[in-house]
Amino acid sequence: MSGFDWITPVILTVITAATPLVFAGIGELITEKSGVLNLGVEGMMLVGAVSGFITATVTGNYFLAVAAAALAGAIMAFLFGILTLSLMANQVATGLALTLFGVGLSALMGQNFVGQPVAALAKLDIPGLSDLPFIGPILFGQDGLVYLSFVMAIVVSWFLYKTKAGLILRAVGDSHDAAHSIGYSVIGIRYLAVMFGGAMSGIGGAYLSLAYTPMWAENMTAGRGWIALALIVFATWKPGLVVVGAYMFGGITILQLHAQAAGLNVPSQVLSMLPYLATVFVLVLISKDQSRIRKHAPACIGKIFHPAA
Amino acid sequence: MTIGSGETPQLELRGITKQYPGCLANDHIDLKIMPGEIHALLGENGAGKSTLVKTIYGVLEADEGEIFWAGELVKIPNPHAARKIGIGMVFQHFSLFEAMTVTENIALGMSGRQDMKALEKQIIEVSSNYGLPLEPRRQVHTLSVGEKQRIEIVRCLLQDPKLLIMDEPTSVLTPQEAAKMFETLRRLSSEGVSILYISHKLDEIKALCHKATILRGGKYISECDPTLETAKSLAEMMIGTDLHAPEHNIEENTGPIRLKVRNLSVDADIEFGINLSTINFEVHSGEILGIAGVAGNGQVELLSALNGETKCEDGEAIELDGKAIGRLGPNQRRNLGLAFVPEDRLGHGSVPEMMLTENAFLSGYSRMQLMNSGFINTGATAAYAKEIVDKFDVRTPGIHHTANSLSGGNLQKFIVGREVLQKPNVIIVAHPTWGVDAGAAASIHQTLIDLAEAGGAVLVVSQDLDELFAISGRIAVIADGRLSVSRNLKEITIEEIGLLMGGTHSMGETGGRSHVA
Repeated sequence: MSGFDWITPVILTVITAATPLVFAGIGELITEKSGVLNLGVEGMMLVGAVSGFITATVTGNYFLAVAAAALAGAIMAFLFGILTLSLMANQVATGLALTLFGVGLSALMGQNFVGQPVAALAKLDIPGLSDLPFIGPILFGQDGLVYLSFVMAIVVSWFLYKTKAGLILRAVGDSHDAAHSIGYSVIGIRYLAVMFGGAMSGIGGAYLSLAYTPMWAENMTAGRGWIALALIVFATWKPGLVVVGAYMFGGITILQLHAQAAGLNVPSQVLSMLPYLATVFVLVLISKDQSRIRKHAPACIGKIFHPAA
Repeated sequence: MTIGSGETPQLELRGITKQYPGCLANDHIDLKIMPGEIHALLGENGAGKSTLVKTIYGVLEADEGEIFWAGELVKIPNPHAARKIGIGMVFQHFSLFEAMTVTENIALGMSGRQDMKALEKQIIEVSSNYGLPLEPRRQVHTLSVGEKQRIEIVRCLLQDPKLLIMDEPTSVLTPQEAAKMFETLRRLSSEGVSILYISHKLDEIKALCHKATILRGGKYISECDPTLETAKSLAEMMIGTDLHAPEHNIEENTGPIRLKVRNLSVDADIEFGINLSTINFEVHSGEILGIAGVAGNGQVELLSALNGETKCEDGEAIELDGKAIGRLGPNQRRNLGLAFVPEDRLGHGSVPEMMLTENAFLSGYSRMQLMNSGFINTGATAAYAKEIVDKFDVRTPGIHHTANSLSGGNLQKFIVGREVLQKPNVIIVAHPTWGVDAGAAASIHQTLIDLAEAGGAVLVVSQDLDELFAISGRIAVIADGRLSVSRNLKEITIEEIGLLMGGTHSMGETGGRSHVA
């Protein structure tokens, strides 16, 4: 038994690496399902991360901190909505700009907080259950956001495929002209979807600054927003597969860290590349089957909606 | 039929006015529909028909005017409100979601919550009751156009409508499918449902409708009883001038073969595409060959193989004036004298955001010599564009306006004119008058006939049988990627063509399988 003692900590770190991706991916999934491509995930995560961190440092209230992160992400997304949905700017360009804006804004906001430590998000502790060997810490010893990420994945899945509102959301992404002619408010629904995506990205960012490494550093998302975007394509727009993809990416990230620590005779740079290479590799494999993508991909993604007469 | 003179109209419009920037789409329009009446709304493109029905269905809001529903003044701010009081609409371009099931599509078109299981039962009930068979769990993109339209109709029927609006419903149907739909409409009418029927097929309107309201240029022109009018008199009311049917005195095809297609087979490269299998035909000098068929039976693939967007594996499969061109690209084929007018005017036939001069250049630069060692000869290009506009009566403020600023009919005249002026040996035209008003259609038909009489070979691919019967000398039918043998117009009836369009290859060279469910 003692030979496998390392397994539990590895799994625990995989979970912390995957959770921010689950949040951002699930949020952006809803945005994309409504037919909007928001490439600003990275920027929204950063602003969420710094907002959450500041709130936690100042108030000490983690509930408030997560709420502030969600709000900050949603505001960023709202800005994106004004530009792309109301003013009909190009979504790709606006999304890139949103990321650049988020990088700058978060650095500005967090200037005085760099390097300050903060207590990590409290972990669940159920006497007895949490002390169970192996599964105890994994199933019953996580922080609240990890559980929330799974709840959100399930809720989003249920919402999309079991509710009328979810059906309408998918319909808007499938053909906005048809949805408009039947009488759905395409722009209104897209605003809600975009802002939900922003809020979730914000929480994903806050997980980094409050739990993964409880501190603030500029650019601390380190490309996770882009990975989340890629995961959605990899998952062919299915919530369940987004979670699987997030854990695969998180898993490889952690494994290569452990491999580096174990002194594997491979240049560390190559190992650091692994998660990205694996993601690219999987993406290429998946995109080979165009029909599968076309079946689940929202047909109107990235297209500007003019409510034509 | 239950039209009493003393009854309150089911729907009455008074003075409906809608102003768009630079265009008065509806100018004080009045309309009255009695319960159980099938009422036709007639007018050219841009006459304001769509604007008017969208106002009734709540998609648009009128600037002025009143709507009375069963005698009471109502406001219809959105389609939900329209459905609530009992108005249903079947759109010309279906309001369907391709990646979803029939049931999901129907649920989306209904207000409030639905229990999917109960809805499925209802769908089966209503659809079998009205003879509109549907499978609730099928994905929409796997259905034929006729089936897609059934979804829209069933969606309306499930909500017990008192008024059903139908926007050009038969433009996508085979004659048999259309006849079946008329039965449904007549039955609904006898049950007291009013129907507002938009179509440009005047024979249909004469056969089906009790009353007709004619619009022209956004204004109410008159109301008449279509059964007492002729198709010609209706058309003249619509366009406001005398209409000349295209003159058509092409002799039997005696000229040499200009375009020859032998055993052309192409595998579709996209999902849901149609594979072409061993297609054979030839077009002679001086004749118009028509290819009929319901959309989505291989027309797109055939056209793209003929114009060079898809290259054939067997270069000999297509011959132009005896020269194998199967492996040449579109420009090389054009230089050899093969002109092409695609189905999609905006985006395929022209670049929407570019000026008419630029669009003229893009197609004609080589055959019209509009290029000087790599530079655009702007003078010659402008002259060419001007010639197209003048000769083919393209109504535009000027040749420096963009293609998407023209109405459908005018843009089509421009595109056809652009190709014809290049003096092609063979011209391939797809759906030349789809969505084009009667005046422009007549002029396009005349242009094609003139070209054939001057010794050109014309191939017309169209869904509109009236059109094919009006201009072509021979007709072949495409169904499920196979082409029937062509027959002289005098030897074939509309019914036979209808059967072939449904996929029954009784006279084709290959045994076909049934395509339309």
